[in-house]
Amino acid sequence: MPRQTGKTPPAAAPRRNPDMAETPIDRLARNTPASAARRLRGLSDRTIAWLFVTPTILLLLAINIFPLIWTIRLSFTNYRANRPNEPVEFVGLRNYERILTDPDIWHTMQATAHFLFWTIVFQVLLGFALAWLINRKFRGNDLVTTLIVLPMMLSPAVVGNFWTFLYEPQIGLFNYAVEFLTGGSVPASSFSMLGSVTLAPWAIVIVDTWMWTPFVMLICLAGLRSIPDYIYEAAEVDRASKWRQFWTMTVPLVLPFLMLAVLFRGIENFKMFDLVVQLTGGGPGDTTLLTSIELKREAFEKWRTGFSSAYAIILFVTVFGLASIYVKALNKVKER
Amino acid sequence: MSAYSITAPSRRSKLVAATLVILYTVITLLPLLWIISTGFKTGPDSIAYPPKVVFSPSLEGYVNLFTSRTRATNEQLAEMPPPANWVDEIVQRRGEVITGPSRFGERFMNSVIIGFGSTFLSIFLGTLAAYAFSRFRVPLKDDLLFFILSTRMMPPIAVAIPIFLMFRELNLNDTHLGMILLYTGVNISLAVWLLKGFIDEIPREYEEAALIDGYTRFQAFRKVVLPQAATGIASTAIFCLIFAWNEYAFAVLLTSGNAQTAPPFIPTIIGVGGKDWPAVAAGATLFLLPVMVFTILLRKHLLRGITFGAVRK
Repeated sequence: MPRQTGKTPPAAAPRRNPDMAETPIDRLARNTPASAARRLRGLSDRTIAWLFVTPTILLLLAINIFPLIWTIRLSFTNYRANRPNEPVEFVGLRNYERILTDPDIWHTMQATAHFLFWTIVFQVLLGFALAWLINRKFRGNDLVTTLIVLPMMLSPAVVGNFWTFLYEPQIGLFNYAVEFLTGGSVPASSFSMLGSVTLAPWAIVIVDTWMWTPFVMLICLAGLRSIPDYIYEAAEVDRASKWRQFWTMTVPLVLPFLMLAVLFRGIENFKMFDLVVQLTGGGPGDTTLLTSIELKREAFEKWRTGFSSAYAIILFVTVFGLASIYVKALNKVKER
Repeated sequence: MSAYSITAPSRRSKLVAATLVILYTVITLLPLLWIISTGFKTGPDSIAYPPKVVFSPSLEGYVNLFTSRTRATNEQLAEMPPPANWVDEIVQRRGEVITGPSRFGERFMNSVIIGFGSTFLSIFLGTLAAYAFSRFRVPLKDDLLFFILSTRMMPPIAVAIPIFLMFRELNLNDTHLGMILLYTGVNISLAVWLLKGFIDEIPREYEEAALIDGYTRFQAFRKVVLPQAATGIASTAIFCLIFAWNEYAFAVLLTSGNAQTAPPFIPTIIGVGGKDWPAVAAGATLFLLPVMVFTILLRKHLLRGITFGAVRK
């Protein structure tokens, strides 16, 4: 390596790596006095930090923060996106007032609550039971776990669309299975899961449970596997019954994991759109009209942009508030 | 010894557990197997009662998926030359003629372009940011997880309203670039968070050794950290890809003619008279199969991604 005629103390020059080409910047770096070099290097760390973070921050601002602010602003107006040239009026809190007093909106909230409550109940029960069984570590449990997980990795819209075929009266596999399992007393053509006012809310619960039980199962499994064996061994020595071991050790130790699973499922299902819009589109009537589907109708079919922005903000605040309270409870359980 | 022990389950309890779990697995996989098998059925077989488990396989669904056809009259059929290949044969046997290719290939390619484009961008930007968050003092980094969670609390439809207006101003509606930027924006917070977890696990001493050896920060990042983080980067990439691949709400609202991806397209596939389930199933099979394969390959890294890094194994 050619050496620069040196004013610089050789000790300050870092050892060179032979596979790197000499650039003017390297030469400059080598000729900088040690004290200045330290300062420069410190600076360059900070520069690198900003250089690395800035594009991400900008993108987050553009795609996440800016739209949120814009939505808040729109929510106080009567803007309609399909008539961009009309004058926009500031209407204050009127949109919010109208939403909170609208009985239809409360109806969609009820439909969402029904969906949210039952999917979480079924998924927690089934998911925990599955995890508990898989934790017996029978041979091939890894393979089975992978296969069980498949439904939740797939596109909800594509799968949901295909479920309408399974739910067809007469020709659908689901209806046929019901007929088969009831020994023919409930013929396949006698009911329509998606067409009936009483059955449709359950039809969407079934598909969501089919799809997302594996998620709860995976998290419970991680929880079960985090419990050290010696706890059970100690209980064994103390002759605690299995029942007692289960309720006083297994359940409390898995609870933080289970609560985390419920948090994720709760948030996801509160904003559920793709699966249900494909299955029922909100029908029949408005029995499965979840908030997101209603929001889509208001925003992109009726084009009431200001009104639906206010609706979006109300939904966001609701989830945010509920989730914050829930996270506090979760942290308390974790600390115990 | 009691009936079973939790730490060392007996043979019988293992057998019972295995039986129940396998029963669930079979039931839960039935809809997926039904999608795959329906893709190989003929129209009449697909809507037979009772549902046909054994049938003679046909490529009709796949032919219908990739072509658009019209019904031909008997005279037209009689005048037509004998079928040149098996595709023509399948179509003519049903009294139809091919009028051209369908849009499925195009839509599938859109999914590929947008999926890989946004994944690449998320990983590129995400790795840089994750490194900075992991190694340097950056303000706000402790709030990152909560920020990720809160951006995901907005229903996609709610986000779509201002994005739609913004893209309309910027002429990004229904373009590949717009969708790539949007999916990157949605994915990047998760990507940064997951990648930060992976980079945190690489000992700082490695880079410090490299710095002492005369590497610059950037060289240390490129030659020491990146190779070490390769597995983490790969599994994060798969998660970004699967999200973009499966996404429906933004796609259905913001794309129509040009940049529409497969998820909004597949449900709209119809045949010459009514819903063509074998073709829908064929499209679904082609679309879902890559994800199934990835899931099986990636099973060990799954948990961290789907729980936003909140559960580490």
